[in-house]
Amino acid sequence: MPTTPTSDRYGEAQLAYEARLAAIGAEEMVINMGPQHPSTHGVLRLQLVTDGEIVKEVIPHIGYLHRCFEKHAESMNYGKTIPFTDRMDYLASMNNSHAFVMGVERMLGIEDRIPKRVEYIRVLVCELNRIASHLIAIGTYGIDIGAFTPFMWCFRDREHIMNMLEWASGSRMLYNYIWVGGLFYDLPVGFEERCKEFVQYFKPKLRELDELLTKNQIFVSRTANIGALPAEVAINYGCSGPMLRASGIKWDLRRVDGYSVYPELEFEIPVGKGEMGKLGDCWDRYKIRVDEIEQSVRIIEQCLERLTKELRRTADFDPRALVPKKVNLKAQDYYVRAENPKGELGFYFVTQEKTDIPKRVKARGPSFNNLSVLPELAKGVLIADLIAILGSIDIVLGEVDR
Amino acid sequence: MDIAARVKALLVDRFGEQVIVTEERTGLQPALVVPAAELPGVCLFLRDHEELYFDFLSCLSAVDDGPDAGTFTVVYHLASIPHQHQLTLKVVIGNDRQLSNLPTVPSVCSVWRTADWHEREAFDLMGIYFEGHPDLRRILLPEDWEGYPLRKDYEEAAAYHGIAIK
Repeated sequence: MPTTPTSDRYGEAQLAYEARLAAIGAEEMVINMGPQHPSTHGVLRLQLVTDGEIVKEVIPHIGYLHRCFEKHAESMNYGKTIPFTDRMDYLASMNNSHAFVMGVERMLGIEDRIPKRVEYIRVLVCELNRIASHLIAIGTYGIDIGAFTPFMWCFRDREHIMNMLEWASGSRMLYNYIWVGGLFYDLPVGFEERCKEFVQYFKPKLRELDELLTKNQIFVSRTANIGALPAEVAINYGCSGPMLRASGIKWDLRRVDGYSVYPELEFEIPVGKGEMGKLGDCWDRYKIRVDEIEQSVRIIEQCLERLTKELRRTADFDPRALVPKKVNLKAQDYYVRAENPKGELGFYFVTQEKTDIPKRVKARGPSFNNLSVLPELAKGVLIADLIAILGSIDIVLGEVDR
Repeated sequence: MDIAARVKALLVDRFGEQVIVTEERTGLQPALVVPAAELPGVCLFLRDHEELYFDFLSCLSAVDDGPDAGTFTVVYHLASIPHQHQLTLKVVIGNDRQLSNLPTVPSVCSVWRTADWHEREAFDLMGIYFEGHPDLRRILLPEDWEGYPLRKDYEEAAAYHGIAIK
């Protein structure tokens, strides 16, 4: 069997990397963190070149969860790909399918004809999913740096959301609920009321969680002034979402692009202020997520208001009325982007004529880009701080590797 | 004038007529096709020009146009955070699809650091060689993988390390 890497120029980077590790000096040590390390949030392997407790260099190795999303998407039609998008960022499946569906609808030219009720339901479930995703981020971040209680509380509250979304879609995490042109089903009868009850229940719980962690002295000492990411570095590395906003840039695609019904909804875009230390440190990244949950609750309340009043369910409402039998697209390409809980999720479609199978679908995962800044952030930090930095990025390996 | 037309005018003004191969207007988003050799200069200009200021590389995709076309396309989706506009830039490279002769494009790593991982991914899955990339290793697949799976003419290997996979 021929072995690669080859010694030609296509393999020289691999050989250079191997030579670099072979030449590690006596005072340095290489530590493998992962792929089965609890604080790497999945199967991420970090190779640390350390000098005592100091991390001199981090070399991330990804791909352990590579499931060939892009290759799969080239072999089936657009509608069938939606369940695969659910498996990318599996903590925010609704948001993934929303972005994908939006792209296909725009290429079809039907995005203006989608009924308002469908759009509001989409935003409602997406924001519920955003809360669930941020709760995981906060909870696991607590446990990364030694606080166990927030983890239990977050998972308890997230479970309510999971149950509601399961009720609507039939599945606990991977929903396949948002379809091209509409929805799988209308919301089940009584969903709006149950969702209202949840909001009433959740608001005091969120304050409780906030009090437990945000100003906690131990938590603040572990996160403030650690891993500060300057705004220009964040932009240069393609960071987006809470990661970019924590560095003080007000950049939220829900407002910038104003897609779906977000222009009709009132909400703020929280940005990092460097309250506890430097701007864009781990604490800021944590705080952004707490603030965003509050804003998502506001959006949910407005959606519920409209879904129970002027857009309430009617007997003849069919959420599948516009679902196309066959997605017939002319040859074109289109890049769609949307605000996922982790940042800018993009899909780049290249369509072919006379078939409903795309020629190419490229997924731009926010976690992929957010993670790429880690070697920059982790230069010269303590190993313990590296855990704090990694947790604050909030990656999902399903999306990094796709 | 929309942003693509404005960018085109500024680029022609700065680099001359040969900098734009074609301007694609067929899809929902207009795209500018530039020659591979001009790419780093064009990108640097787009990033630093006060009026354009494309400081954010959203996405970098490699597309296989198919064995009949004999070309590969690398697509750059740029965005500007202060001006909130977007631009699509394309580079089309002719290639004979031999694994010993990969299509070559200059790296834009020095312009946007985020291109680092994106280019590694395009190299890994599509086999595009980015000239001047600081560390062009495979990123998602194992380092001893053979071939580039996203190519249209990719054939799955029968075995990997002696393990039958078919």
